[in-house]
Amino acid sequence: MNRFAELLDRLVLTPSRNGKLTLLRDYFHSVEDPDRGLALAAITGDLNIAAVKPAMLRALVVERMDPVLFGYSYDYVGDLAETVSLVWPQPQGHIPNHMPTLAEVVSRLQAASRSDGPKVLARLLDDASISARFAIIKLVTGGLRIGVSARLAKQALADLGKVDVSEIEELWHGLTPPYTELFAWLEGRAEKPRSAALALFRPVMLSNAVDDGDLEKLDHSAYAAEWKWDGIRVQAVCEGGVRRLYSRTGDDVSGSFPDLAAAMTFEAALDGELLVGDPREATGTFSDLQQRLNRKSVSPKIQQRYPAFMRCYDALQIDGEDLRALAFTERRRRLEAFVQTLDPSRFDLSPLVEFPDWETLERLRQAPPHPIIEGVMLKRWDSAYLAGRPKGPWFKWKRDPHTIDAVLMYAQRGHGKRSSFYSDYTFGVWSGPEGSEELVPVGKAYFGFTDEELKEIDKYVRDNTIERFGPVRSVRADRRNGLVLEVAFEGLNRSTRHKSGVAMRFPRISRLRWDKPSVEADRIETLQALLD
Amino acid sequence: MFKTMRAHDLLKPRPEGLYCPPGDFFIDPVRPVGRALITHGHSDHARSGHRSVLATQETLDIMGLRYGEDFAGSTQAAVPGETLDINGVSVTFHPAGHVLGSAQICVEHGGMRIVASGDYKRQEDATCLPFEPIRCDVFITEATFGLPVFRHPPDHEEIARVLKSATQFPERSHLVGAYALGKAQRVMRLLRDAGYDKPIYIHGALAKLSEYYQSQGIDLGQLEPATVESGGKADFAGAIVVGPPSAFADRWARRFPDPISCFASGWMRIRQRAKQGGVELPLIISDHADWDELIITIKETGAEEIWVTHGREEALVRWCELEGIAARPLHLVGYEDEGD
Repeated sequence: MNRFAELLDRLVLTPSRNGKLTLLRDYFHSVEDPDRGLALAAITGDLNIAAVKPAMLRALVVERMDPVLFGYSYDYVGDLAETVSLVWPQPQGHIPNHMPTLAEVVSRLQAASRSDGPKVLARLLDDASISARFAIIKLVTGGLRIGVSARLAKQALADLGKVDVSEIEELWHGLTPPYTELFAWLEGRAEKPRSAALALFRPVMLSNAVDDGDLEKLDHSAYAAEWKWDGIRVQAVCEGGVRRLYSRTGDDVSGSFPDLAAAMTFEAALDGELLVGDPREATGTFSDLQQRLNRKSVSPKIQQRYPAFMRCYDALQIDGEDLRALAFTERRRRLEAFVQTLDPSRFDLSPLVEFPDWETLERLRQAPPHPIIEGVMLKRWDSAYLAGRPKGPWFKWKRDPHTIDAVLMYAQRGHGKRSSFYSDYTFGVWSGPEGSEELVPVGKAYFGFTDEELKEIDKYVRDNTIERFGPVRSVRADRRNGLVLEVAFEGLNRSTRHKSGVAMRFPRISRLRWDKPSVEADRIETLQALLD
Repeated sequence: MFKTMRAHDLLKPRPEGLYCPPGDFFIDPVRPVGRALITHGHSDHARSGHRSVLATQETLDIMGLRYGEDFAGSTQAAVPGETLDINGVSVTFHPAGHVLGSAQICVEHGGMRIVASGDYKRQEDATCLPFEPIRCDVFITEATFGLPVFRHPPDHEEIARVLKSATQFPERSHLVGAYALGKAQRVMRLLRDAGYDKPIYIHGALAKLSEYYQSQGIDLGQLEPATVESGGKADFAGAIVVGPPSAFADRWARRFPDPISCFASGWMRIRQRAKQGGVELPLIISDHADWDELIITIKETGAEEIWVTHGREEALVRWCELEGIAARPLHLVGYEDEGD
C-alpha cells in the first residue's frame, strides 16, 4: 500500500508528462501482481469500490478525537481526505502487525457491506501509515485527481512492454483488473492476451497536419476531401448485442451519451464525429456540445435540448466483415449504403467536398459553411484503415487560428527546465468605457515562444513586477505600460467561470509585440463578436 | 518547596523580548538590549547589537560568522548543564536538539523554575546534541507545528525518497532547498548516513556555515560549490544540489539540467504548500517539534503551566485544557520560522 501511496504523492506533484511516465513505468516494473494491476485500475477508473461519503468520513474521525482540534486542523489544511489522513489517531496500544497490501485493502473494501463499510474503513486506517491513509481515503471517496489520464497510464504500459499504445487500447476493454495476463505479455512471459469479449475498441486512424509545401507535391485527384468537424471523434461498435461508444483513445463514453447509445442497433464498427443537434435540421455549435461534456449524469432535459448524434466518416466493420484493409473508396461506398439504414436523427454521413484543385479547396477551408468546422480532411482514395498516424494517407488541413493582441497581466514560474523562468502567462484585453477601461484576463498560455523569447519575457516580468503571490507575479499593465502578446487560439467558448465570460481553446503566444503600445491591444468586444 | 516567586514576575514579555526583572536580562530579544541570553543562531532569535551576549560557544561562533566578530559588546560562553548566577537568578543552558549549539534556558529563582525552550525537536539529529527534558514549573514551548496535522515522518525515509528519485531520473539534477543554518547540514549528513558518497554541490550561501559544522567534527563529506566553473550543465546531471529555497526561483538555478525541486521542511507535510511552491519532491524534514513531540515534551517536563509562543498557539492551548494543564499563549513578536 505504501508504494501505491508514494506513487500517488509523486504523480500529483510531477507536472511533466515524461516524468509521470517514468514514475508509472517504474511502479509497474517494480511492483508485483496483483497490486500493480489494481493500482492501474484505480488510475484508469476501472476499480469498483462502494463510495464513502465525506460526511461519514468526518463522523468517523470526530468519534476519535476532539472536534475542536479537528476543526482547527481542517481549517488549516482545507482538504478533508488529507486532514483525516494526517490527524487520524492510532488507537491506544495498537501496533499494526502488518501493513496491508493494496490487494488486501481493495478486497476488504469490496467485501464490505453498506452497513459495515465505515467500520472496515476505520480498521484499515488504523493499520496504515499517513500517506497510505490518504491513498485509501482517495480510493473510497472516488476520484484520485492526480492528473493522470487513462491514456497516460496505457502509454506507460506500452513503454514498459515496448509495444505500441494502440495495441493496449485495442485489448483494453476485454481485460479486467488486476490485468495479470496483460503484464505477463508486456514482460514477455506470455502470449498477447486474446479476448473473446465482444464490441472491442479498434485503434483509430489519425492524420498528419499539412505543412508548408506538402500539397504541391501531391496529386489532388488522389485525395478525397471532407470537412473536419470539431466535435468528439468516436467509434460506435455493436456486436452480438453489446454496444459501446468509444473515445478515440478507447475510453468507453457510452454512459455520457445514452441517447446515442440507444440508437446503436446494428452490427458494425463505425468511425465518426459526435456532435449535438438534429442532423436533418441543424448541427449544434461547440458551445452546445460543451453542454454534454464532463457531466456525471445527463438529465433528460439536457438530452432533449442537446441531442447527441454521430456524423460518420468511415466503416471498419459491417455485419461481421472487417473492412479495414479495403481502400477508402470501397469503405466509403459501403458506409454510404449502411448509414441509410440507420436512425436519421442519430446518424448521418459526413459529406465529401468536391474540389477541382488545391486553390479551390484552400478557399473552402478558409470559409467553411459552419462554425463547428475547423478545416478539411484529406484522405487518399486508395488508403486502407491503419492504426495510429501513418505519414501520407491522411492529412488534416486546419483553418488558420484566430489571433488577438492582449496584454500580459500575470506570470507564473514553470516547472523542471523552466522552474527558474516565468513561463506561464495570463493575459487580458480591455473592457469598460473608453477612458476608464480596465484589463480583464481572458486566458493563459505557456508555449508558442522560442527559448530566446522566453528569456526576454522572463526579464521583462522580473523588471516590471508590481506584486508577488507565491510563484505568481503581477506585472505592470496599464494604459501606458505593458507587454502586448499576440495570442493565437482555435476557438472561443462562453464561460461562467471566467470574469471575462469567455474561455479560449488552445491558446498560445504567436508573437511578442514589443512595438505595440498596451493601450492599442484588443478590446473584449472583439472576442465577444467571435462567440457564435 | 515554598515558592517566593510568581512565574510572571520571573519572566514576562516585553516589546524587546522575554524579560527577567530580577536577573535584568532578556531571552532572544528582537531589539538591542543590555544583556541577552540567546537560545540559538537563527537570525530571528540571535540579533546583533546587544551590549553583552550569553550563549553556547557554537551559537556565539555562528553569530560571529553571520554578523562579524563585533556582533556584541561582550560575549560569554555558556556550558550546557553548568549553572550560572546572574544577579541572584540561576541560569542553566540545556541542549534543545534544534540546530548546532541550540539550547533551552532554564531560569530559577525563589523556588520557581521556568524553562524557555527556544526552538526544539525530539527527532534524532546527528548534527546537534539531543533535547533533554527538564522538569520545571513553567515550560515555554514553541508551536511552529502546533496542529495535529503535523506529524513528521522519520528523516531517513524522506532522504531515501531523494535517493530513489535520483536513480529514477539520472538525467536531471535534484535541487534540495534547505535553510542555511542547520537544515542544510542535517540534509547533507542524512545523505551521507544513507550511503551517498558522491560530492554534494552547495550554493555559496551555505559555504561558511557548512565549513563551520565540519570544523566541529560533523562530517558532511565532499562538498563542491555549485558554480558554473565547476561544471557545465551536463556535469550536474544526476547531481544533488543543496541551497537556500529562495535560490531555486532565481536565475542561479538555470545552470542545472531539468531540475527537480525538492524542499526540506516541516511545511511540506501539507500538499497544497508543496504545490503552491512548485515543489516536485517535498521532503518532510523539520528542525521543529511536530504535534506528537510537542505533547510528549509537555508531559515529560511535568510543568503545571505551559506558555505557548510563536506558531499555532490555539490548538496546543486547547490540548492542554483537555489534559487539565494550565496554558496560555505568550504573545512575543518578531519570530518567524527561519529554521524551517
